[in-house]
Amino acid sequence: MMRSKTAAAPFALWMTLFTVIPLGIVLWFAFTDEQGQFTLSNLSSIGEYAGTFGLSIFLGAIATVICLVLAFPLAFTISRAKGRKQQTMVMIIMLPMWMNFLLRTYAWMSLLENNGFINQFLRVIGVLADGQSVSLINTNGAIVLGMVYNFLPFMVLPLYSVMVKIDNSVIEAAQDLGSNVFQVFGRVVLPLSLPGMLSGITMVFVPAVSTFVITKLLGGSKTLMIGDAIETMFIGQGANYHVGATLSLVLMVLILVCMAITGMVDKEGEGDAA
Amino acid sequence: MKTLSRVYNGIIFAFLYAPILVLIIFSFNDSKSRVVWNGFSLRWYEALFQNDEILSALWVTLSIAIVATIVSTIIGTAAAIGIRSVNSKLRRVLLAFNNLPMVNPEIVTGIALMLLFVFIYRTTGLLQPGYFTLLLSHITFCIPYVVLQVMPKLRQLDPHLYEAAVDLGCRPFTAFIRAVLPQIMPGIITGALMAFTMSLDDFVISLFTSGESAQNLSVTIYAMVKRRVTPEINTLSTLMFGAVLIMLILVNVMQIRSAPKDKRRSS
Repeated sequence: MMRSKTAAAPFALWMTLFTVIPLGIVLWFAFTDEQGQFTLSNLSSIGEYAGTFGLSIFLGAIATVICLVLAFPLAFTISRAKGRKQQTMVMIIMLPMWMNFLLRTYAWMSLLENNGFINQFLRVIGVLADGQSVSLINTNGAIVLGMVYNFLPFMVLPLYSVMVKIDNSVIEAAQDLGSNVFQVFGRVVLPLSLPGMLSGITMVFVPAVSTFVITKLLGGSKTLMIGDAIETMFIGQGANYHVGATLSLVLMVLILVCMAITGMVDKEGEGDAA
Repeated sequence: MKTLSRVYNGIIFAFLYAPILVLIIFSFNDSKSRVVWNGFSLRWYEALFQNDEILSALWVTLSIAIVATIVSTIIGTAAAIGIRSVNSKLRRVLLAFNNLPMVNPEIVTGIALMLLFVFIYRTTGLLQPGYFTLLLSHITFCIPYVVLQVMPKLRQLDPHLYEAAVDLGCRPFTAFIRAVLPQIMPGIITGALMAFTMSLDDFVISLFTSGESAQNLSVTIYAMVKRRVTPEINTLSTLMFGAVLIMLILVNVMQIRSAPKDKRRSS
């Protein structure tokens, strides 16, 4: 085989310089004050952000569950479609990702606004009287919608890629042995899709929890998520890198804990299925 | 069951494309409004080509994406080869390095890089936030995608292939180029494409690592969103969307032509 250990040297150097050392600097900023002295005051000031963290995890978790529920049947039907049709449907799922994320989210404002298309439509069909409107934008619901919209492909694609490997004969065998639709789903399709579910959950939950643009555009100014808090600590007036670094550190740890819990649930689930 | 799944998929696709459709339709609107249709017009398309802010952002976006793709593809491919050659302990460390930017929330990667550049700038006066820091950041988050695409191809590779080429008198480098590279090319291309896509669409990391001097499209759009979004940006994304659509259709048509027998498993 090729003897080429040195081929990884530029990579090792680059990743050390631009991912490992920067995380070290985050750590350093989190535990020092403006003068560079060691302090724990940044960490203790995190207490006032408890609600922000709670809201972020809550909304992120809801969006993840909705994505999972929506994506599961979609990914399954794609995986059962014929070759060429399958490819086309995967493309349809991926294509929106090529349009700028901010603009796609911004376009939702046109739909959700008080004078937006949804309210206009409701007035036309007579559900609402003239001048009336349902408030859709600037709600937590709008934030969750924005998350589901932006991150749904991240759930569909990993699910699809494991489901496509499930052989039809496995499903038929279960049916022949007398399983009904729910048993086929619960005992065959679900356990076999678990790896895809797990990576889908990670791929949706992490960006959803840490988002800050969706909240700004669809949630109005009153809802603050942890991503918004971090952004204000680094950009603009009132920036405080030390508090910002601490917030990022806590966010990282929280996400790791959530992922560990998901991993444990996964293992238990496997145990049940066996 | 079949109709049910068709209706369901249709609803999801409608959900995915509704805002895009709105955006495309209103790029032809004859007024600045986002919700009131005032008639068809191409005025925003004309305005686009006179908007220096958007055009320079487009240039930054494209040039960064191209350079970052090339550099990250080279480093990432070499890394994938190297990672396979080292012992398992070192391999685990290198793979952990590779996974860091993928597992970390983008905002954490972004502020970590920002703090690094701030730190270097404060202590040495080098690396003022701008085009170059943006480029370094993009290369950093692109590399893992290339590594993850090339590694499986190397695993599938017949180890004797390279040895055979050397036995037949190739120098190691020639053997690599002629025997190994063609085999792992699909992985390299997929990795490069993913890197290009990620770089093109990146917003979060760019926001924190670009200075005032060099902003890509996403960061420019973000600044606009705070004031108001001008319709020119809708026209630009419509054009870019159209370009991608045409490219994908062409690739598909070419694939269909070159593979007359579709041997994929079908139900």
